[in-house]
Amino acid sequence: MLSALIACHDCDLLQAKIALAPGSSARCVRCGATLYQRPRHHIDYPIAWAITAVALFTIANAFPVLSLEIQGHQTSTTLVGAAVTMQHQGMPLVAALVLGTTLIAPSLGLVAMLYVLIPLRFGRLMPGFVALTRLLQTIAPWGMIEVFVLGLLVSLVKLQHLATVIPGIGLWAFIALMLTSVAATATYDPHLIWQHIADLDAADDIL
Amino acid sequence: MARQLGLVACHVCALVCRLTDPNRSAHCPRCAAKLHRRKPQSVARTWALLLTACVLYVPANWLPIMHTGSLFGAQSDTIMSGIRYLWQSGSYDLAIIVFIASIVVPLAKLIALSLLLISVQIPWTSQPLQRTRLYRALELVGKWSMLDIYVVALLAALVHFQAVASITVGSGALAFGAVVVLTMLAALSFDPRLIWDTTETDG
Repeated sequence: MLSALIACHDCDLLQAKIALAPGSSARCVRCGATLYQRPRHHIDYPIAWAITAVALFTIANAFPVLSLEIQGHQTSTTLVGAAVTMQHQGMPLVAALVLGTTLIAPSLGLVAMLYVLIPLRFGRLMPGFVALTRLLQTIAPWGMIEVFVLGLLVSLVKLQHLATVIPGIGLWAFIALMLTSVAATATYDPHLIWQHIADLDAADDIL
Repeated sequence: MARQLGLVACHVCALVCRLTDPNRSAHCPRCAAKLHRRKPQSVARTWALLLTACVLYVPANWLPIMHTGSLFGAQSDTIMSGIRYLWQSGSYDLAIIVFIASIVVPLAKLIALSLLLISVQIPWTSQPLQRTRLYRALELVGKWSMLDIYVVALLAALVHFQAVASITVGSGALAFGAVVVLTMLAALSFDPRLIWDTTETDG
């Protein structure tokens, strides 16, 4: 009975859950917060987007994001390279912040998402599922790929005054990664997973 | 409100649970997360984080965020002087983007969160919807302040041509990074349901 209700996370208004059409979302009648949504597509979509994002993530970090040429001398950097430079310049905390928000949080998020979703697609729950769902929730605000992409573009324009700047493969991969991560999270709603589990439990009870 | 009915939403899986004794700790029957009617000590924690961020905001803007050394001499840039440089060199669009991300957003966060905290402490009952929207906007824009940190990291990693030019990170970056993290933590520890608690009396 209580599972038919939802309390708004922003204003605590108690409301009855309703069935949604695919691609629509339920909003709180009082404060307008998005309560839950029903993705337009099958669970395969977020899985496909997340796998693509993992591949792009690897490319984005394996190749330089920007290269710079002054009088025949060339330098280039990757994301990790930028953090390592900060570390060498006596800023280990800032280096950790850069790595944490652009490498650790987003990659952990993608891996955790795949670990939860792929078994669920085949009707199974993996051990540690609850802990991972919590982890996903905690790290979500700290993934900042999109801010880093803007930072790359700002750096590119700033350096053009100084020298010849060459956008690297890493830069394009980061832009693609930003779009695919958005797609992965937009096609997936944690509420749905809990619903799915409730359905699995119900099926078990019948058997 | 769920609270008035003795109900609480699990903050992990959103299941609505019945809290029989509010003084005893309870756990969600579905996901075993500890249940809280409101985020614990929300007001005190948010104030603590916010005030620390306010203190660090001064060195974040005052200390240089990067040092540039070149054949023509050395130069130190704070966040504001970096923006001024962009403006003077004709990159108006960039100057505006960096100004919004590095100056407007952190300052707006500090002011808006203080207002929200004061409004729930007074308590202020009018316009709960506006205040909730303000809170949601804060959550949305918070991370964009990291922009300057990334730019400095990339510039320092790229520009190291010994005699010709080199860029190193300044200590302002540490203070600025701390302000961004602290204001994000402050926004996360604030509970928007407190805004609505004041509009309805229990019972």
